[in-house]
Amino acid sequence: MTLIKTSIGRRSFLKSTALAGGGMMLGFNWLASCKGKTEEEILAMPKEWFEINSYLKIGDNGVVTIYTPNPEFGQNIRTSMPMLVAEELDVDWENVIVEQAPYHAEKYGFQFTGGSQGIRARWEPLRMAGASARQMLREAAAQTWQVPLEEITTVDGVLHHKTTKNSAGYGEMASAAAKLTVPEEVQLKEVKDFKIIGKSRKNVDAKDIVRGKPMFGSDYRTEGMLIAMIEHPPAFGMTLESVDDAEAKAMPGIKDVVTIKSFKEGFEKGGFDTNAFPELVAIVGNSSWEVMQAKKKLKVAWKPITGYSETIAGFRGKETKNIPAGLESTTTHQTKMAELAGKPGKIVRKDGTPEAAFKNAAKIIESSYSAPFLAHNSMEPLNAFAHVEGDKVKIAAPIQIPSLIIPTLASSLGIPAENIDMELPRMGGGFGRKAYAHYVVEAALISQKVNAPIKLMYTREDDMTNGIYRPTYQATYRAALDEHNNLTALHIKAGGIPESPLFANRFPAGALDNYMAQEWSIDSNITIGAFRAPRSNFMAGAEQSFLDEVAEAAGRILFNFDWTY
Amino acid sequence: MATFNLKINGKTQEVDVNPNTPMLWVLRDHLKLVGTKYGCGIAQCGACTVHLDGVAVRACMTTISAVGNQEVTTIEGLSENADHPVQKAWLEVDVPQCGYCQAGQIMTAAAFLEKNSNPSDSEIEMAMNGNICRCGTYTRIKKAVKIAAKTANV
Repeated sequence: MTLIKTSIGRRSFLKSTALAGGGMMLGFNWLASCKGKTEEEILAMPKEWFEINSYLKIGDNGVVTIYTPNPEFGQNIRTSMPMLVAEELDVDWENVIVEQAPYHAEKYGFQFTGGSQGIRARWEPLRMAGASARQMLREAAAQTWQVPLEEITTVDGVLHHKTTKNSAGYGEMASAAAKLTVPEEVQLKEVKDFKIIGKSRKNVDAKDIVRGKPMFGSDYRTEGMLIAMIEHPPAFGMTLESVDDAEAKAMPGIKDVVTIKSFKEGFEKGGFDTNAFPELVAIVGNSSWEVMQAKKKLKVAWKPITGYSETIAGFRGKETKNIPAGLESTTTHQTKMAELAGKPGKIVRKDGTPEAAFKNAAKIIESSYSAPFLAHNSMEPLNAFAHVEGDKVKIAAPIQIPSLIIPTLASSLGIPAENIDMELPRMGGGFGRKAYAHYVVEAALISQKVNAPIKLMYTREDDMTNGIYRPTYQATYRAALDEHNNLTALHIKAGGIPESPLFANRFPAGALDNYMAQEWSIDSNITIGAFRAPRSNFMAGAEQSFLDEVAEAAGRILFNFDWTY
Repeated sequence: MATFNLKINGKTQEVDVNPNTPMLWVLRDHLKLVGTKYGCGIAQCGACTVHLDGVAVRACMTTISAVGNQEVTTIEGLSENADHPVQKAWLEVDVPQCGYCQAGQIMTAAAFLEKNSNPSDSEIEMAMNGNICRCGTYTRIKKAVKIAAKTANV
């Protein structure tokens, strides 16, 4: 067994009634039962719960609730994360209920869903949460039975002591265990002893999904909630000038039309504060259809932006981005791309004498690869519920990285970060798009202005035309072959809008004597963002395709090239 | 505004809305039946699929005034406890990823299997063609429809 230090401090185990689940929500149930229990069975839940740590509580009847920390967008971490806890807790999966944790940095750490990081980042903390709870239950049993701790074993939620033949369900010891100090060290199971991890478990939410139960951000509602929609500029490179809302306001069911500014002056943006349209018109009314109709009656004048530079403090440190003025189009893009692709480009890596190798080549193979801007188009368009009451903020939104929008919300609303509560309903797809939570800030600003609980809903058109696209990329590969069809040089020239996709040091760099990688980029006011590792996946597709073509042209199998590592 | 008496999931429900309001928004906003989803609003994605007298229609493009006396069935009314053959097959195959499109997928499949209880693979593909799943669960959807066809026939 592996003995590891527990890094979850006692402070994170404070009881919190806020966790009791979705109090404000009508018919919205955060619970998911692994057993597929009927509603009646769920209601026949324990009379008393004992919170052992921030990730789990145990009922007096042995039923365990596991709080799943990260928001769900379809990869089933609401199932797999609780599996990690249940494994180390050593509890029967049938007796586990899964509940979505709200945003709470202190209790749950970085609640980030994306970047293929979910299970990797949670692997140890969640197992630790389960293991430390199991340890506390064993300690409680040892004290109760007056026997040595080492002699207490567990099987599927039951504690045993062999020689005295004592045994007790977790529920019977939960009250005593909850009063104990969290152990400083715990033992994690060996991989060979796993009973739950590595086994297929069905989606804990499937039964609710196939019945159409409310669970998505767009399903969230509260009594008295109004519907809000936004009108953003018709093109990138434009911003709000003025709005004539007389006709829209006169439409049935309409409460108000307001303008909002998403950023306070001087706010330092993070890497996920990307927003092409920080000034918007919002229209608020009683129902979605009424607001959609009135939105068409808004008369908004837009004006061109002036170009600017901004510093973004992202994951890769501070970066300066140039945002040019002007309207862009596919035609202007293609013209510029052709122009830059025809010029030498900035040399990022050069090994040997590639120019000479190409000059002496018996055969040169060249291919270009390109990808257009792509919108994520999650099935569920962007939306967010917000209720700003004085200096208290309540948010419920489908969002991939709740913690990173908190500073923006606090700044834009002028409300301390600790006054912001956020629930994390299921996302109807995210694909990177819901990591950029400008829509949450917009919802909160609208709620603050109209002084009511609102749900901001993007129409499909608003969602698609808002930006944060997968970037446009292009890469031209050239390979030099000698008369024996040996690969003597490789040249990559890659560029994009607004960033280059080049990874200059990636294979076959280093495996060839003569190699050159060049890049170019074109500034743009069209915003881009994460969408299934855009640079890496584009380049991987291009380079693999090209190497295959080279092998084909050389009449040999790809791996038979003499890669000189 | 006008009053409509709608037959929804076996119950009569009265709503007072603009006659041009699409059924989607009557279901979601006025009747709190949010299982029917908004995806595109122009009948291109299938997320809002419901049944009108057993026929699959797009609720986002069906105005409430066009419903008349027809029986509306939404995902909430397909069965009492997820035991419609299509829902059971969906659970068996564990079809959903994000789940947002699945109500529409299930409603399309259920109406299709009522008409064609022994479909070929290509008939299943044709029938399900208009329902988009951005997660790409299509393979499992086809598998579940085939299972549902078999179990419904037993």
